[in-house]
Amino acid sequence: MSYREGSVVAYFLQQLVNGVTLGSVYGLIALGYTMVYGIIGMINFAHGEIYMIGAFVAVIGFTLFAGVPLVLALLLVLILATLVTGFYGWTLERVAYRPLRGSFRLAPLIAAIGMSIFLQNYVQLAQGARIKPVPPKIEGGLTLLVQEGFAARVSYLQICILLLTLLLMAALTWMIHGTSFGRQQRACEQDKVMAALLGVNVDRTISMTFVTGAILAAVAGVLVTLYYGVVDFFIGFLAGVKAFTAAVLGGIGSIPGAMVGGLLIGLIEAFWAGYFSTEWKDVAAFSILVIVLIFRPSGIFGRPEVEKV
Amino acid sequence: MLHTRTPRQALPALRAGVAVALTLTLALTLALTLTTAPAKAEVKVAVAGPFSGDLASLGEHFIRGAQIAVEDINAAGGVNGEQLVLLEGDDRCDPKEAVAVANRMVNEGVVFVAGHACSGSSIPASEVYWEEGILQITPASTAPQLTENGYDNVFRTCGRDDQQGSFAGNWLARWFGKKRIAIIHDKSSYGKGLADQTRAAYEKRVTGTVHLYESINAGEVDYSALVSRLKNEGVEAVYYGGYHTEMGLIIRQAAAQEYKPKFVSGDGQVTEELWSITGDSGEGLIFTFGPDPRKRKQAAALVERLRAEGFEPEGFTLYTYAAFQVWAEAARAAGSFDTEDVADAIRAGSFETIIGTLAYNNKGDRTDEDYTWYRWTDGSYNEVGKDYRP
Repeated sequence: MSYREGSVVAYFLQQLVNGVTLGSVYGLIALGYTMVYGIIGMINFAHGEIYMIGAFVAVIGFTLFAGVPLVLALLLVLILATLVTGFYGWTLERVAYRPLRGSFRLAPLIAAIGMSIFLQNYVQLAQGARIKPVPPKIEGGLTLLVQEGFAARVSYLQICILLLTLLLMAALTWMIHGTSFGRQQRACEQDKVMAALLGVNVDRTISMTFVTGAILAAVAGVLVTLYYGVVDFFIGFLAGVKAFTAAVLGGIGSIPGAMVGGLLIGLIEAFWAGYFSTEWKDVAAFSILVIVLIFRPSGIFGRPEVEKV
Repeated sequence: MLHTRTPRQALPALRAGVAVALTLTLALTLALTLTTAPAKAEVKVAVAGPFSGDLASLGEHFIRGAQIAVEDINAAGGVNGEQLVLLEGDDRCDPKEAVAVANRMVNEGVVFVAGHACSGSSIPASEVYWEEGILQITPASTAPQLTENGYDNVFRTCGRDDQQGSFAGNWLARWFGKKRIAIIHDKSSYGKGLADQTRAAYEKRVTGTVHLYESINAGEVDYSALVSRLKNEGVEAVYYGGYHTEMGLIIRQAAAQEYKPKFVSGDGQVTEELWSITGDSGEGLIFTFGPDPRKRKQAAALVERLRAEGFEPEGFTLYTYAAFQVWAEAARAAGSFDTEDVADAIRAGSFETIIGTLAYNNKGDRTDEDYTWYRWTDGSYNEVGKDYRP
């Protein structure tokens, strides 16, 4: 419409980079929703807050390690964030969900909403309600393609986000298919009683699933802190909604589904904003969700026989 | 499917624990917003603005300005023989919260409110103040609509967006009239209003149209798709109507794509927090604001005092201070705290304040307001004058 002249290919490439970066972050958060749903069949609405806590730990970490060389600081912050956030994930399950596991279906859902509000308020009181800005730490990037004066750029940070996401996806796939913990997870997902009879520690397996989800959210939190540089106690809400949408779009319970769903939402947003209008990008993303769910009610990868964890 | 298993015994205790924790959290949140309980022979005044949320750094200007103003007025013997007690109302720049804050001020028996900050908050709150007869002077809300509703109890110490927007629009027309510009806003009363005024002034002057007029969703973090689009379409100047968080993010993401147009904005950028988002990429951002009151000789002592306390009285700090001065002077002149009398006194008089001599027209707007350019460089913003060249 109002898109005129300029380059076509380079511009498309640039929006692709924008969308994939955004989608990777959504995907990392969506994995937490999907893993928990796969194993205990509940939506952990406090997961967005777990991601927010990861981002806050990152802000605190970058302040703590201000004097340390960047690469080392980044590594330390990642370790700190995953440890602290993983602990929050474990506590969340232990305090709010495990006591309710045998209860009626809505109980854990309400507990999740309660924990989400609790964590938001807790961070607001403990850390203050102001935004926590983090100035750009990693600058610069590569030029992918120059066409008619338009240079498609990918920043080092974007490359970092993509690589880390790919690495985590590979690690997660290996964990589920190649380790005994993954086997236990799959067993619990199929039949918790039978798994327990065969000697699988069901409680521990569920706990560890929450911790894994929290760790992925923590990495997303660190990346977002670095990339966008603005964190406050409320960021978990919007990110949580988008990531949850991504998980449903991909087929909730499916690991590749969460990643593909996240990427799709990110790409739809970027391309809609890039070619049509920024105003309507959320409407576009959610319309596509509705359309997909009409034709595939269980999401893109959500086939009943598909392996869910 | 129904589960009939009895819950574990620990459950009621846990539930109670969670309930207590939640109640405590809520109670704390509420308790934080209202301060000291006033004694007799005192008159209650209030300051309202975003003291939490992403605009809290602007809210801090309000609190500090109000606190020191009340301190000074009380030290000088109060107003009409009564000491002032300051209440604080946090609206988070949310219109719904603003109405709640306004109602609380009514219940508290407040006679004067300095606030709110965001136009989107000030406008709905002004209806409550109008109905209940409370005097309102906003140090920052620039949307014209606020004083166009016919309420005679509303005033401001800042200017109006039709002045601010036409100043920016004319400047853009002069320097970017033959180039492509984009006007972006955040859909808020303030941001959209300012963007519309700027666009109108620009299009009138160049008898053309702006290349792109778009809005974004405030509160999001990713604007890279929009930035790529501006870059691809060769936009050379970007005007943004809105607050500093989103402006900072847009500039930062533009820098990451090596896109450096002239960024131009309004008085939403008068906070040093902007630079902590943009880093060095904020270099060169210009925005409109009144002439810097910190540079006035009459303000030197106050500025020194605040700096000694470790607070830079930037942005709206002195505008808030001035709001209290105007009200106190008018209440003295009227000899009462009655809103109608005080409002009449404000319209009748002219007031020597920390930001200059203020006089008001019948709408409640300043008769003299003028805007000038500020430019961000190396972590701070400086006045560069009306004839600034890009």
